[in-house]
Amino acid sequence: MAISMILIPARSSKQGTSLNKGKLKEEYMEVTSTVEMNQDDMAILELNDGDQVKLSNNIGSTVVRCKGRKPEDLPAGMLFIAYGPPSSQLMASDTAGTGMPLSKHMQVLVEKVAA
Amino acid sequence: MSENIRTVKNATCTFCGCVCDDMELTVDMDEKRITKAKNACILGRAWFAEHVIENHPAAMIDGKEVSIEAAIEEAAQTLVKAKFPITYGLSDTTCEAQRQAVAITDIIHGTIDTTTSVCHGPSGLAFQGIGESTMTLGEVKNRADLVIFWGGNPAESHPRIFTRYAVTPKGMYIPNGKKDRTVVLVDVRKTPSTPVADIFLQVKPGKDFELLWALRALVKGRRIDPDIEEITGISLATLTDLVDKMKNCRYGVLFFGMGLTMTRGRHFNSGALLALATDLNEFTHFVAKPVRGHGNVTGADNVVSWQTGYPFGVNFSLGYPRFNPGEFTTADTLSRGDADAALIIASDPASNFSKAAIDHLHKIPVITLDTKQTITSKLSHVAFSTATYGINTSGTVYRMDDVPITLRPAFDSPFPTDEEILTKIKKRVHELVLAKRGSSGARGEAKVASIQSL
Amino acid sequence: MASMLRIVNGRIYDPANGIDGEVRDICIENGKIVDTVAAEAVRIDAQSMAIMPGGIDIHCHIAGPKVNLARKLQPEDHRRDPHPGTDYTRSGSGGTVPSTFATGYRYATLGYTTAMEAAVTPIGARHTLEELHDTPVIDKGFYVLLGNNIFLQNLLKEGRQEEFRHAVAWWIDSTKAYTAKLVNPGGDEPWKGNRNANVTDIDEKGSTTNLSPRQVIEAFIKTVNDLGLPHPVHIHCNNLGHSGNYKTTLETMKTAGDLRLHLAHIQFHSYGGEPGRNPDSKATEIADYINSHPNITCDVGQVMFGKATIMTADAPLAYLLRGFTKGKWVNADTECESGCGIVPFSYQEHVFIHALQWAIGLELFLLSNDPWRIMLSTDHPNGGSFMSYPKLIRLLMDKTFRKEEIAKVNQKAMDKCHLRELDREYTLNEIAIISRAAPARALGLKNKGHLGTGADADITIYDDQADRELMFSAPRYVIKSGKMIIENHEFIGDHTGRILHVEPKYDLQIAEKVRPFFEDYYSIEFDNYAVDDHYLHDHEIIPTLKQ
Repeated sequence: MAISMILIPARSSKQGTSLNKGKLKEEYMEVTSTVEMNQDDMAILELNDGDQVKLSNNIGSTVVRCKGRKPEDLPAGMLFIAYGPPSSQLMASDTAGTGMPLSKHMQVLVEKVAA
Repeated sequence: MSENIRTVKNATCTFCGCVCDDMELTVDMDEKRITKAKNACILGRAWFAEHVIENHPAAMIDGKEVSIEAAIEEAAQTLVKAKFPITYGLSDTTCEAQRQAVAITDIIHGTIDTTTSVCHGPSGLAFQGIGESTMTLGEVKNRADLVIFWGGNPAESHPRIFTRYAVTPKGMYIPNGKKDRTVVLVDVRKTPSTPVADIFLQVKPGKDFELLWALRALVKGRRIDPDIEEITGISLATLTDLVDKMKNCRYGVLFFGMGLTMTRGRHFNSGALLALATDLNEFTHFVAKPVRGHGNVTGADNVVSWQTGYPFGVNFSLGYPRFNPGEFTTADTLSRGDADAALIIASDPASNFSKAAIDHLHKIPVITLDTKQTITSKLSHVAFSTATYGINTSGTVYRMDDVPITLRPAFDSPFPTDEEILTKIKKRVHELVLAKRGSSGARGEAKVASIQSL
Repeated sequence: MASMLRIVNGRIYDPANGIDGEVRDICIENGKIVDTVAAEAVRIDAQSMAIMPGGIDIHCHIAGPKVNLARKLQPEDHRRDPHPGTDYTRSGSGGTVPSTFATGYRYATLGYTTAMEAAVTPIGARHTLEELHDTPVIDKGFYVLLGNNIFLQNLLKEGRQEEFRHAVAWWIDSTKAYTAKLVNPGGDEPWKGNRNANVTDIDEKGSTTNLSPRQVIEAFIKTVNDLGLPHPVHIHCNNLGHSGNYKTTLETMKTAGDLRLHLAHIQFHSYGGEPGRNPDSKATEIADYINSHPNITCDVGQVMFGKATIMTADAPLAYLLRGFTKGKWVNADTECESGCGIVPFSYQEHVFIHALQWAIGLELFLLSNDPWRIMLSTDHPNGGSFMSYPKLIRLLMDKTFRKEEIAKVNQKAMDKCHLRELDREYTLNEIAIISRAAPARALGLKNKGHLGTGADADITIYDDQADRELMFSAPRYVIKSGKMIIENHEFIGDHTGRILHVEPKYDLQIAEKVRPFFEDYYSIEFDNYAVDDHYLHDHEIIPTLKQ
């Protein structure tokens, strides 16, 4: 089963501290491979914290681990991830003549990856 | 920890655009590391603690260690051979280095762009159309009784914007600090910044423009239909109340971030916000400020602007600067495959750009200057390891509000500075370019010497 | 590049040394004018050419935070006017706010060798110095904005005159400035703190400072005089641009008594009528006062038709103009110190007020009895670009041309002034005064603005032509610090130019009095505020009159 959601890549505190250690190091890779999801949405997809999910769109796809958030903090249908190489896989290159690709609010399909 | 300790006062943290210059660093001079950074936020502490002298070669060609001179030569040859070389990055280095980068690009008739184009570039475009009513951060501290944060999460990206500049501090006309201010936050989701705000507006994703435009209309006394709530997620009553607060404050401030520039609308979103701040000056004193990401991206804007006339996305193919976002910006010159060589300074586009752009970076010769290993430096044809600005080198940086500050380094690095490497590359490309045009010999030397005065 | 030069057969215009068109040799060695040089010196034959000292722009806006905002603001202006690079020179962009390299090269192209950036905030001084370092050929300096400085006003409010003097000197010294600049003194606080209000009366006391603009002006005039700075206080008076403002201007000049004072772009301050209506020309009244008060110098701030950019520390004025243009507008508040406003603008012949402004500027020139004290400027780029100086020179020298131009403009405006009746034509000698010798003297630059022994070898050689606009727009040779920069109209060399600044003496302890104010009210650390010497690069300290 796959659900369409909006992905918001942004900064996080942990992403900021871990990138100072080094972007090739494990901590940064882990931070940028964790997607936050509304807990109710996770239940629908039968996901637990730490399970692998595949995010995909017509640009590409990436496999990351999920983490639940309360609905009052993260509305249904919305995903948050610390931006990095995984989220870049989903980013379209068109900048509409501005130089800026759309790096937030990407429409993605979310599905559980079998263990 | 050794006994050889040095304290550096009034040092500057350049991790984010807050560029806090009140750092007190404790430096272990034997181990060459910063053991304490008093006044730094969590991001600053990591910045200072993790930039140590790393053990990798100062210069590599195709992953193999070479002398710096050999790498300079190869870099210069690569750039001069290319038909559409691009220069990119620059937001995490000094203005002195940035000036050399522009000089190189001018000489080789290349294209220069900075991380601005994928950060507040859209705000720069909006600026060109509307202008901006703005301020230095001390004005916020001293005067602002209404502070609005739009499309950003400062608690995680710019922690001290709250504590050093805009919310907590007491100021000349704000004797009680936060108690004398009303703080508003507009975002699509709750974040650690939300508790700081007195009023939180949870806007629907992709509807910032509609919300800003409705506010503009209300400020100008126009009627807005209650279906604005359906469109934006915010009720007319909330908007009316907010407009009332905006018109009646004494000094209002609108800070804004990537929530506006990186989403549908881009520069229209930034433009709507800047126009709102401008409109409000009919009633009271109102200012706006884009919250800049990297330590010296504002420096990059300033340097490229004063040297070329344009802030980013500048091409020199015709022998003079031309500006065209979408044509000369790096997301485009890479994803369309226009660039046939790239000089990347203090940036990691292979991590954060689109797939098409990253794929192209793997196909062209890339020259990088960086302090740490990154995905971009690993794929590079020529890779320089350079000293870290503000930790190993001095130089000038500009805070997000254009205030220029001189860095105070903590300890030396065995690696050269970005400025040194770029100056050497500049000299060499100039020689090669003049030779190509048939101007060598004594007159050619005089010409090279001429440009060196800059 | 030979360091010895002999220029022969040219007609010299060196008013400071009383030379008006005589043919004489000029000898240059090691960057200076000398009595004679060896026989093997390179010779330049300046037959049928006019030789002047290099031009000096005493008031322009070319480098720093507000200039760069104005530069960024107008890509359309740059796009129309690219500045290609050469093997010797960097490329850039033109328009009314050129990029830094283009600024330096274009001044050189006009034969200018020194320019003074007229208004810089202390916190932005570092930025200005960085931009000036990228402004080639010309020597340069700047005036630091202190007229709305809160700490200084607090000292005045508390009657602490001694400390005020030391603090002013400290501020000028630590920013590497040339003198103190006042812009609409008293206007910042109502603008930022009272919902965009302004001060209009020179004797109106500010609500927080309890000081009137006159009190501030007086204190600065006395202090800068006491410090013996080579150039006096440089002031942009209150009420710029408003009908009836000539009264404020006269009162400001009276405040100086017989102490030196320089009034910036005085054309904008010479209007009669009542606030908001019936503007007419008071050029006669203003010129009369200056003519009879030798302590006063000014630059005209001539309006030239075409594109301009308003960029000023007079933020309320810029906002007012924005109300007319309804276009782009920049406002930038600078904590505790100053602010600025920027508005793209154009002056048009058919618009009554623009034609009147144009005429008033010309009247001021033509009514001046003393070209040593009413100098050439357009307040670049507020009145127009410095690239329009050649046309302005032609307007002053050629009354036939002037009359043709008068016929093209709004005639109702001409009815409100006396320009039609003024037949005077400036001579080459007088042009050399208003564009070279007078600015040098007003700035206290003993080694500039003249061609006598010991002067800096900053020299411009023009082909003497009847069309003065053509003549002044394309010198054949330009020499800077003894180095040939332009030869037969081509750039053949490059040069960095020096920062000119002063080091007034003061009690070093004053810094510790400023520090607590910083800690409370500024957003940067006190120890990071003063500019350190390495931003100066090549520089010259101009002595105070006491040294």
